[in-house]
Amino acid sequence: MEIHEAVGLGPTRQAWTVAPGYLAKRRALDRVMRVALFFPAALSVFVTTAIVFILVSESWGFFAKVPLIEFLTDTQWTPVFAQPRFGILPLLTATFWTTGIALAVALPLGALLMIYLSEYASKAVRETVKPVLELLAGVPTVVYGYFALLFLTPLLQTLIPELGGLNLLVPGIVLGIMILPTVVSISEDAMRAVPASLREGGYALGMTRWQVALRVVVPGALSGIIAAYLLGMSRAIGETMVLAIAAGQNPNLTANPLEGAATITAYIVQMSLGDLPHGSLEYQSIFAVGLALFVITLLFNVAGFFLQRRFREAY
Amino acid sequence: MMTTAPGLVPSNAVPFVNGDVRRAIGRSQRIDIVFAAGGLFALIIAFGLLFTLLADLATDGLGRIDYDFLTDFPSRRPAGAGMLSAWVGTSLVMLVTAVLAMPLGVAAGLYLEEYAPKNWVTALIEINVSNLAGVPSIVYGLLALGFFVYGLGLGQSILVAGMVLALLILPVVIVATREAVRSIPREMKEGAYALGAEEWQVMWHYILPFARPGILTGAIIGLSRAIGEAAPLITIGALAFIAFLPPVPFTGDPPAGLFDWLMSDFTVMPIQMFNWISRPQAGFHINAAATGVLLMAMTLAMNAVAILIRFRLRRHSRT
Repeated sequence: MEIHEAVGLGPTRQAWTVAPGYLAKRRALDRVMRVALFFPAALSVFVTTAIVFILVSESWGFFAKVPLIEFLTDTQWTPVFAQPRFGILPLLTATFWTTGIALAVALPLGALLMIYLSEYASKAVRETVKPVLELLAGVPTVVYGYFALLFLTPLLQTLIPELGGLNLLVPGIVLGIMILPTVVSISEDAMRAVPASLREGGYALGMTRWQVALRVVVPGALSGIIAAYLLGMSRAIGETMVLAIAAGQNPNLTANPLEGAATITAYIVQMSLGDLPHGSLEYQSIFAVGLALFVITLLFNVAGFFLQRRFREAY
Repeated sequence: MMTTAPGLVPSNAVPFVNGDVRRAIGRSQRIDIVFAAGGLFALIIAFGLLFTLLADLATDGLGRIDYDFLTDFPSRRPAGAGMLSAWVGTSLVMLVTAVLAMPLGVAAGLYLEEYAPKNWVTALIEINVSNLAGVPSIVYGLLALGFFVYGLGLGQSILVAGMVLALLILPVVIVATREAVRSIPREMKEGAYALGAEEWQVMWHYILPFARPGILTGAIIGLSRAIGEAAPLITIGALAFIAFLPPVPFTGDPPAGLFDWLMSDFTVMPIQMFNWISRPQAGFHINAAATGVLLMAMTLAMNAVAILIRFRLRRHSRT
């Protein structure tokens, strides 16, 4: 379509003969579009509100029966026993174990990768590596679960005989690899936002690449890099299928990552797989732990969000 | 790069370039090599793991995929089990997801980029979009369970599954749309405005066509994420053992309505795979691997298409 047609004008020769009422109609349509497009955008606010509302309202009955203090301090999670106990600590420790192991894997690997990609690799290498790296985040998590349970665990059992068939170590390692793309891509953005003039200043002083990377670029991008790790950890905390498959679904307050233990997410999956009558205490309990999960990931996300914004403002 | 300053090195007359300095330079350069090697090492670990995973899945499951596997319902006997209901379910759920997420995401992205005034409402929307991108998928599942399944009484249906996955990938589509729109040169829009076009006309005739490849890439990436999701669908109560297909419109007795399939029970490939992994028999593990091979193939194909579109886009924008 030609531009004069697109804006409602006739052929160029008589360009200024606009049909009567046309402009008003056109302006009205623009106002309609403005409103029509506002609602899909506002949907995000509605979804967040709905999440909070549902989590709070459905777990309201739970906290009426289980005092908050017991929920946070009891060391047993036995929802289907005759005398059910609802202490979130076993689920929480399992979640933190796997997230901690994931961080232990992603911290060094991510640091090496981000420095390599932003300071050493040529543009061609970077442009090739990044999409392939993104694939690591795109692998369905059930597939990661399969890999962790039926390939990595038996493999590591030959090295560590005490390793259980279900354990926290292997899913933690897999999570670490899984969050690598998130960590590397955000922190590499932050590192590339450090102005070239700072790098060149470093080189002019006779620094080599690693010195520029560690003493100029990393300090300059530090808030962005921390944000990247926080967002990566938030993903690890909320990850479900890898843990439900390879860490097991048995609540277990343990200091030993070679044992299996249910995380918050694995518990929700386990309960959802069974018959879960609407309004029962078990039904409410998945919303209660879901609320805890939401709050924890929200803290990580908000902290990451503000740090990320800080580095954008810095330069 | 400028690791040594050539003018300084050879001269004995310059007092501070003595043996110590030269050794320090040599050490620095060696550390440089160590760092580059470390980066390559990390790359090899990451890619090696991805490759091992693919190879493991393929050796376990590739041989299991045949015509019967795709056309049989699940069964208690591993050798007789197939994933007919799973791939049909996945296709239908993805259809609903795409139909919901694409228009909503594109509209929201366009609004935020083109219409949104700079005020607290817009700021609130933006914060919510970036926050929703970080909410765990299983929390979306809880939202759907409490709101769609029980609150609205929609049941454990394909419709609810498509809705929850659409909400899940909405931030991806919104962000992709915004980036695509932002990359359009200002002059292009201003040219149209100068000719008297209204904002929505510029949007419809200029911005959308130019942003289409970028939007498409985002949508495909989003859908490739949705196709592998199991957790939110398990939460809404999707079952693994489904031995029937959703009603085909206008067939059966009495004839099914055009949209009856939306309210049907369903299973999807990731849930079927999860169920087979959880069984003790090795035969089911082979079935799981076969399902995994197909899931990976779909994910990789979608990502490849997205990369291809992005690559072509970059080549065009350079000229």
